[in-house]
Amino acid sequence: MDILSSLADGFGVALTFQNLGLALLGCFLGTIMGALPGLGPSNGVAILIPLAFTLGLGPTPSLILLTSVYYGAMYGGRISSILLNIPGDEPAMMTCLDGHPMAKKGLAGEALSLSGIASFVGAFIATWGLILLAPQLVKIALLFGPAEYFALFALAFMTLGGVSSTNQAKSAFAAMLGLGLAMIGVDTQTGVPRFTFGEVHLYDGLDFLVAIVGLFALSEVFIFLEERHGNSDAKGKSLIIGRLTPPWAMVKACTPTMLRTSVLGFVAGVLPGAGASLGSFISYSMEKRLVDKAGTFGTGDPRGVAAPEAGNNAAAGGALVPMLALGVPGSGTTAVLLAVLLSLNITPGPLLFANNPDVVWGLIAALFIANFMLLAMNIPMVGLFTRVLMVPPKVLMPIVAMVSFVGIYGISGSTFDLYVMVAFGVAGWLLRKLDIPLVPVILGTLLGNAMENNLRRAITIDDGNWWTLIDSPLAIGLWAVAIVGFVLPLIVGARIKARMRRRDEEGAIAD
Amino acid sequence: MTLANLRLSAAALLIGAAVALPASADFAPQNPECIAPANPGGGWDFTCRQVGKELQDLGLISKTMQVVNLAGGGGGVAFAEVVNKRNDSDDLIVAASSSTATRLAQGAYPGNTLEQVRWLASIGADYGVIAVSKDSEIETLPQLLDMIAEDPRSVSVAGGSAVGGWDHLKVLIAANAHGIEDVRQVKYVAFDGGGEAVTQLLAGSVQAFTGDLSEAKGFVDSGDIRVIAVLAPERLDGEFADFPTAREQGVDALGANWRGFYGPGGMSDEAYDGWVDMINTLYASEEWKAIMETNGLAPLDLSGDEFQAFVADSVAQIQSISREIGIIK
Repeated sequence: MDILSSLADGFGVALTFQNLGLALLGCFLGTIMGALPGLGPSNGVAILIPLAFTLGLGPTPSLILLTSVYYGAMYGGRISSILLNIPGDEPAMMTCLDGHPMAKKGLAGEALSLSGIASFVGAFIATWGLILLAPQLVKIALLFGPAEYFALFALAFMTLGGVSSTNQAKSAFAAMLGLGLAMIGVDTQTGVPRFTFGEVHLYDGLDFLVAIVGLFALSEVFIFLEERHGNSDAKGKSLIIGRLTPPWAMVKACTPTMLRTSVLGFVAGVLPGAGASLGSFISYSMEKRLVDKAGTFGTGDPRGVAAPEAGNNAAAGGALVPMLALGVPGSGTTAVLLAVLLSLNITPGPLLFANNPDVVWGLIAALFIANFMLLAMNIPMVGLFTRVLMVPPKVLMPIVAMVSFVGIYGISGSTFDLYVMVAFGVAGWLLRKLDIPLVPVILGTLLGNAMENNLRRAITIDDGNWWTLIDSPLAIGLWAVAIVGFVLPLIVGARIKARMRRRDEEGAIAD
Repeated sequence: MTLANLRLSAAALLIGAAVALPASADFAPQNPECIAPANPGGGWDFTCRQVGKELQDLGLISKTMQVVNLAGGGGGVAFAEVVNKRNDSDDLIVAASSSTATRLAQGAYPGNTLEQVRWLASIGADYGVIAVSKDSEIETLPQLLDMIAEDPRSVSVAGGSAVGGWDHLKVLIAANAHGIEDVRQVKYVAFDGGGEAVTQLLAGSVQAFTGDLSEAKGFVDSGDIRVIAVLAPERLDGEFADFPTAREQGVDALGANWRGFYGPGGMSDEAYDGWVDMINTLYASEEWKAIMETNGLAPLDLSGDEFQAFVADSVAQIQSISREIGIIK
């Protein structure tokens, strides 16, 4: 077969001593960067770009190093989500929801190893997807016009409610807050600055990386300061990792979840712009809808750990598809990788597979190798990475604060971003006090612009006719799913809550 | 009338010959640094990195050029940084292009004007193209413009810049040259970058694409889109020779997205001449010609005072066209 022989050639390229070493280095650094709050895949890759250039690496070795970092960071993000309840990177935020409760129950080791396996499954399936789909991609991407994109974003927000909070109103408020924040900056449709107050730094809108680090990492520091004031022994932080292999039954129970969410995450990753965050988010919500009959999601359900991890790693692989095949990055990190390709004088796009087969297939083979390396690193050796995070909070929190500041300053080199980050930190602390979930805020900020632009593009193209939004079968399908996803939890959720309340009351009586 | 002016000056710019400057007293930057006012991957980033690499390969600078990505405000953050904090640096150059001039013209860098920096030199130009998808019935530029003139609502033109940005202006220049009086009627849809715009052209959501040749190159090579006009004075060389110019189709429209550099306003004359010299040497090299060819850059060789005057002219002209379409008051 054509594909298999190309892949064999690819392994020929990847299996040199230098390339294997680079993959190993990339996986290791990537996992650490993913695990450290504030450093995510995109800044992880960005930080290592100078390294690749100073080593004088050619295109293929550079790409192998950087995509290993990318995959590694996607693996590593879960570690701090589970242990600290701070997402190590933005796609790992959904992993907090069940990962941290598991860790609190003393199942941290199981959660880590299970999510490691889920990551592996997700990335493995996505790499195969990449091989099979990349050549076919153009057709799929082309089904999505502005109207369909708008429907897809609407779907994301309408199914958001039941996911991250028990209170739909609060999460709707959080989403609106995020969408409102996304309005800041120059409106790309008319070029008019909005809510910028003449401040040139706001012209490009709020950098969501800054928002994420502020909301999650800094607010964590504030909460720590408040709660442990004068008492920094941090009783809650002496987490028991527990056994580092998940029980077979747990893996078995999660296998259908992993397979489903891998496919879903991959599809979400392939869509340009949607990226890994949407992948893990949609995976989690779908699984919650599908298998969470007893309402255990959010309280430490292993499936709630497996779903977003398989989803986000699959999305990471998926995001490479449009980047390689169309030259349109599917996520923030692939945008950085695209930049690397361009500076190495390789033009991604329809011609890449024909002109530089060694680069493409060498990269794909390296992804397989990196994935196995990461599985090995993340199951038996996960203790090594957790030790990085197991330092007591009185040491860790200053480091979190420091890495947040250095990391953000390192990306933009602007002190303005630091002020914005601190503002988000305070806002995050306030929102947490009010029990308003942070995830919808970020998603709103992240997707708001793209959503608005696609709405306005669709309307402009059809001369102000709003019916254009439901003018294709795909759009109608997406809207149907969105409405069902919004209405269903209101009905079913009320019933489940009623049942839970009854059970709680019975429990109280039994005590 | 302003559109006509813009065309004229674009023509003037293309005729502009390189003036060899006297070699300056060996200026050598201590820590050469290039600010790319955008995230990695865009044109400005490319400009910094390629020029930095070539300057070093040619032995013009002894140290590696440090490339700093200072994104924000469409280049406004970098511009303000240079004006406010780096005004005296002799080692610093900043990547710029037509969109820098466009934003300066439209007052999109609040409080900043083009006189605050010293314009060094251009390193090439990326001609505008107007393209349709491969299955389109539209064969020529006049055909497309006639459709717009008859029923402006029937044609959506997609581009990678915001309304009022360079991609938008290019299609307006062409429409105006074809005798469409009220260019505001032209339906322009802004996308985030040329790649996304081309994707939507392929998807059939829009009917035409306006962008730069380098953006369109990959899609032309793969046969997905068809260039119906390139906004250059005459046909380009090599693989681009097949593209008809707008002018030969009777639409007298020119649009070149130049790439180049500016330095801080307080840069010493010695350093200014030194940088201009280095960029001129680079421009004349065979290596740079090869890079221009692979990246779809056409010749545009302006430096020193000539470049300074050229940028000032384009800013003035973009200002008047923007006023005409109501972008600025």
